[in-house]
Amino acid sequence: MPDHAEHFPGRIHQPPLVANLDAIQPRDHVEHPHHPKLQHHFDDMAQQVDASTLGMWVFLVTEIMFFGGLFAAYLVYRHANPEGFAEASHHLNVTWGAINTIVLIVSSLTMALAVRSAQVSAPAKTQVAWIVATMVLGATFLGIKAIEYTDKFRHNLVPGPNFQWTGKHPQPAEIFYSLYFCMTGLHAIHMIIGLGIMSVIGTMAWRRQFDSEYYTPVEVAGLYWHFVDIVWIFLFPLLYLIGGHFTE
Amino acid sequence: METVNYLNNGHGLKSWLLTKDHKRIALLYLVSITAFFVIGGFFAMLVRLELLTPAGDLLSSETYNKMFTMHGVVMVFFFLIPSIPAVLGNFLIPIMVGAKDLAFPRINLLSWYIYVLGGIFTLVAALSGGVDTGWTFYTPYSTAAANGHVITAALGVFITGFSSILTGLNFIVTIHKMRAPGLTWFRLPLFVWSHYATSLIMILGTPVIAITVLLVAAERGLHLGIFDPALGGDPVLFQHLFWFYSHPAVYIMILPAMGVISEIVQAFSRKNIFGYSFVAFSSLAIAIIGFLVWGHHIFVAGQSVYAGMVFSFLSFVVAIPSAIKVFNWTATIYRGSVSLESPMLYAFGFIGLFTIGGLTGLMLAAMGIDIHVHDTYFVVAHFHYIMVGGAIMGYLGGLHYWWPKISGRRYSEPWAKFSALMIFVGFNLTFFPQFIAGYLGMPRRYHAYPPEFQVLNVASTLGASILAVGYVIPLVYFAYSLVAGEKSVNDPWGARGLEWEIPSPPPTENFTVSPIVTEGTHQYMHGNQEVGLA
Repeated sequence: MPDHAEHFPGRIHQPPLVANLDAIQPRDHVEHPHHPKLQHHFDDMAQQVDASTLGMWVFLVTEIMFFGGLFAAYLVYRHANPEGFAEASHHLNVTWGAINTIVLIVSSLTMALAVRSAQVSAPAKTQVAWIVATMVLGATFLGIKAIEYTDKFRHNLVPGPNFQWTGKHPQPAEIFYSLYFCMTGLHAIHMIIGLGIMSVIGTMAWRRQFDSEYYTPVEVAGLYWHFVDIVWIFLFPLLYLIGGHFTE
Repeated sequence: METVNYLNNGHGLKSWLLTKDHKRIALLYLVSITAFFVIGGFFAMLVRLELLTPAGDLLSSETYNKMFTMHGVVMVFFFLIPSIPAVLGNFLIPIMVGAKDLAFPRINLLSWYIYVLGGIFTLVAALSGGVDTGWTFYTPYSTAAANGHVITAALGVFITGFSSILTGLNFIVTIHKMRAPGLTWFRLPLFVWSHYATSLIMILGTPVIAITVLLVAAERGLHLGIFDPALGGDPVLFQHLFWFYSHPAVYIMILPAMGVISEIVQAFSRKNIFGYSFVAFSSLAIAIIGFLVWGHHIFVAGQSVYAGMVFSFLSFVVAIPSAIKVFNWTATIYRGSVSLESPMLYAFGFIGLFTIGGLTGLMLAAMGIDIHVHDTYFVVAHFHYIMVGGAIMGYLGGLHYWWPKISGRRYSEPWAKFSALMIFVGFNLTFFPQFIAGYLGMPRRYHAYPPEFQVLNVASTLGASILAVGYVIPLVYFAYSLVAGEKSVNDPWGARGLEWEIPSPPPTENFTVSPIVTEGTHQYMHGNQEVGLA
């Protein structure tokens, strides 16, 4: 926020709470000329950027609480059935999970580079390239997830009437797979939404809308993308790796 | 020639349905929540009519279950939670912080559409056969046994939750980033503080209920095993997740009402609030401690006795900031120049009824008493004292207080006083007998009851009829004021505050010139002389 000290005429002792409205120039006049992207209800670009960024952070807090309900359920049931969960986790494909983890971490890198390229006013082609790379990696992640889901369907590991379990803990295993599908499914929905956001951002970048003066949409989309990646960083060990020491 | 304001700046349905003006969106909410209030009230009327006689003669037990369920769902999720924030908060917060609009006007409009979509889902559930789980959707009944359209209703709650989340997000960003120069945190009206605290609960709590009802829908629809004990699940986990939101949700309903009362009490006592920072921080304390008390809903549901003791203690603790507010309002009124206009009548009603609701809440927070009166009408009476006696009194008080600003017109003050009195009398006659019935052991959620409770129930139904008339009268005189009301000046109450310095109704941009704020709101004292202290 720019310095407004000049506007403080001192405490006014009679009713007007607002110091003499007519005598004050609209703030817009004493500041930089309008940026074309400045929305009418903000005073300046700094305020607009601050608001958008804080808005996304607050939204991510709500997302943490949203996933938090599922993580709480996971905690309760794994605490109650440690062996059953290990046994069930053993049937997940660690290799696919690990590959997907790497894919997502790399996609976070390309995302960060997309933000960076907008910040330094890189050519539109460069910005679009990083965004497309991020989208390709995201799509790869979803493709691998689809392969894994298909595999679970084939082996009757989808909870419900057709669920079959040959191990010692059929009930905890079914709960584990219920949570597995809820958690990874919700995560996958967030990935799909992320791809949608990226295609909008990519189009905007293609139209040369981002430069060092205006790149908030890329930055805010990046925050979302990193958040979805981080959720996976928690899901991977909690779902895939806890069966590591399990022996039949 | 009328000056251009937000009401006549743009005509036609489209100018309303596509508006990004926070004031118009507030009016969209006003219309829609009023519709839901009428629907929820209709269900309540059927419940009260059934309970007029001990026999279950008007409604079958199944229909009765659906009526109280739909009453709860509609009133909680579609009226009480959005009421003050989405209508008065939406209208006033940008003005009170000296901004032209909320930080995200398009998201604000989106919130309203999400709310309407969620409402449609719930109405479809109601019309296509109803839901009989109670508004709490307890598992495993809701997932394995209940008839009816649980999934549709649950999705309605899920969807409308996002409306609440986005409103909270918008408020938080607006209060942080859009304040006018000179408007420091401690110059903000207390209404803004209470909405800040409310928004914290909205963004931290609502996502949890969203995922919880989504899991209920998934368990019912896809036969996932999360809460159903037949599948190895834990139904108490549902109760924990549900109340983790739904107890703080009570504070979503009451905190904004407290903000309204703080404003009204100052304006009609012509005195600055006693202990501004205590009142401001007590809102935050309620929001924070309110997240730690959910276990008091589960005292008898298999929670360990030690957990029960902790939750009981914390429930007593959360009463402290509430009591601070009541004491500070009282101290503000004390030796003030009190004038008894209709908003102030609602404020008095609020303070008294909220105190009764709060003190009976302490009784319920004590495990010994709770086990005795659990699931009786005592609990029903307690939370109606908070929600109807508190939240709705606050909402109506606020609507009366800011109506001249919203509409630019004055309503009939004698009628307003009369209806405030009707509501106060009707409310007490409805719900006070329920304390007695509950203490004597009348359980809630049954359509028939032993004959010895009939006198109390007849009184309650009579009171509900008076209450209903009390609610209809304002609808009439508010509507009448729009066509024939006297035009209001900028500050009809002499209340002082940013919203009272701009025209009534305000122009679309709120402020033609960006304001610079040099002192807090309601500064009735100047120099070292405090009004009322000779």
